[in-house]
Amino acid sequence: MDYSLLNLLETDAKLTDEQIAAMLGKETGDIKKMITEFEKNGTILGYRTLIDWDRTDREYVTALIEVKITPQRDMGFDKVAEKIYNYPEVKSVYLMSGGFDLALFIEGKTMRDVAYFVAQKLAPIEFVISTATHFVLRKYKDNGVIYGPTSDAELERGNCN
Amino acid sequence: MSSPDYSKLLSPKVCALKKSGIRKFFDLLDTMEGVVGLTVGQPDFTTPWHIREAAETSIDEGKTYYTSNAGLPRLRDAIAGYLDRRFGLRYTQSEIITTVGGSEAIDLAVRAIVSPGDEVIVPEPSFVCYKPLVVMAGGIPVTVTTRVEDSFKLTPGALEAAITDRTKAVILTFPNNPTGAIMTKEDLEGIAGVLRDRDIAVISDEIYAELTYGRRHASIASLHGMRERTVIASGFSKAYAMTGWRLGYIAAPEPFIEQMLKIHQYVIMSASTPSQYAGLEAALHGDADIDYMREQYNYRRRYIRKRLSDIGLESFEPEGAFYIYPYIGGFGLSSDDFCNRLLYENACAIIPGTAFGDAGEGFARLSYAYSVKHIDTALDRIGDFVEKLKREKGL
Repeated sequence: MDYSLLNLLETDAKLTDEQIAAMLGKETGDIKKMITEFEKNGTILGYRTLIDWDRTDREYVTALIEVKITPQRDMGFDKVAEKIYNYPEVKSVYLMSGGFDLALFIEGKTMRDVAYFVAQKLAPIEFVISTATHFVLRKYKDNGVIYGPTSDAELERGNCN
Repeated sequence: MSSPDYSKLLSPKVCALKKSGIRKFFDLLDTMEGVVGLTVGQPDFTTPWHIREAAETSIDEGKTYYTSNAGLPRLRDAIAGYLDRRFGLRYTQSEIITTVGGSEAIDLAVRAIVSPGDEVIVPEPSFVCYKPLVVMAGGIPVTVTTRVEDSFKLTPGALEAAITDRTKAVILTFPNNPTGAIMTKEDLEGIAGVLRDRDIAVISDEIYAELTYGRRHASIASLHGMRERTVIASGFSKAYAMTGWRLGYIAAPEPFIEQMLKIHQYVIMSASTPSQYAGLEAALHGDADIDYMREQYNYRRRYIRKRLSDIGLESFEPEGAFYIYPYIGGFGLSSDDFCNRLLYENACAIIPGTAFGDAGEGFARLSYAYSVKHIDTALDRIGDFVEKLKREKGL
């Protein structure tokens, strides 16, 4: 399978169908069709914007929570994960190998929000054995994009040949 | 105390050298603001991290000495392995010199080969350094113009016609800056047919070897009977986005190397040591970086060609390097006038083809080593300018 269309969109979802068609040497109509197909079959789930919220005055905290669970009879990990990921506070859930089972990323307005969620919603779930909460202090890189001040290296790129 | 007569202090040979045509244009550019340019001849990528990191580590470990003149033996081995792996070229450690960029590599080759009065065949349009280097070595550059009808390739016929009793060397400039032309193995066979039975050296500038689209670069040194008479000049700049490291190399049979090494020894000593450690990492573990960047250039190559064509500027399809070379001669303006007016009236900079030799009249070089967004802004301006010219000329 040729991933070039998906790779392009994953890097820059704002590319137009016309631009992508020119870049891949294809017809715009074909690109439209391929994108529609990817959207229909769930390969493309959506288009979002990377925002460095630290550059705004919005208050928020993010935490990584390690969750250990007891496997349930007649209930695979998928079902357990579902019970957790349906909470809107939960931004991401991964099933992990190693010392714990699920890794969650939780976002709240304050640390108290996150603590409340862990204590009141997550910990009481019957198959949750334990949780360990780690607060994010600073985001350096997310989705392949480096956060923080932009480099001025480009300004000194010389015109040489 | 009167100031000296500098014309008596300086070498007439150097004073007679023309300032690079690109340079003139860049100097003009530096005085202007708000200009969007497609001018640079270097990647817009940063050197991959693992390569930068290798240089940092070498500095941390105190590897701050000169290396052997020809370069770190491990690096020369790695370059040999790379040339074999990527292009099927077989060289040993003793057939490689690491240099300060591809530029030094070309200069070494020219100086080791050319004596006063020797003729050196230089295809044009091509990069600006060849003729001045030949002149500095006392040689006589003989231009062979490559034509758009021949896809800007050097043809055996044109080469044959330029050869005289005094021809000492031919410089091959493919993949080509500024046209983007390449020479396939079959094309090179024709050239080899002309050169094989003659005592003429080939200096093959293969700095853009990794940047070909659709087919792999073929080196003339890979053809039967040609390795013996060929000096390959190449480097890390374009393949790994390492222009600022100034790291290049020569691959050639030992009789060439022996003489070139003397010049390198006296002038340079050895290439920068941190750069050599970076190059070692690149040559050993950088293949995936090259492939990634090439794919990105290829997207932009197709994109810029489509946009130029939509504007009404047709261009030969470039198959190598990261330049496109559209025909701009249809408006009754010289290339210089077209580019100057585009710069002053629509704040967009591209390089007139004449900067790469007289053969460039009617053309301009656009670099696509830029983001699609940047290319778009520039092409919008070129589009506006072309519309204006069409109205002026009643086209």
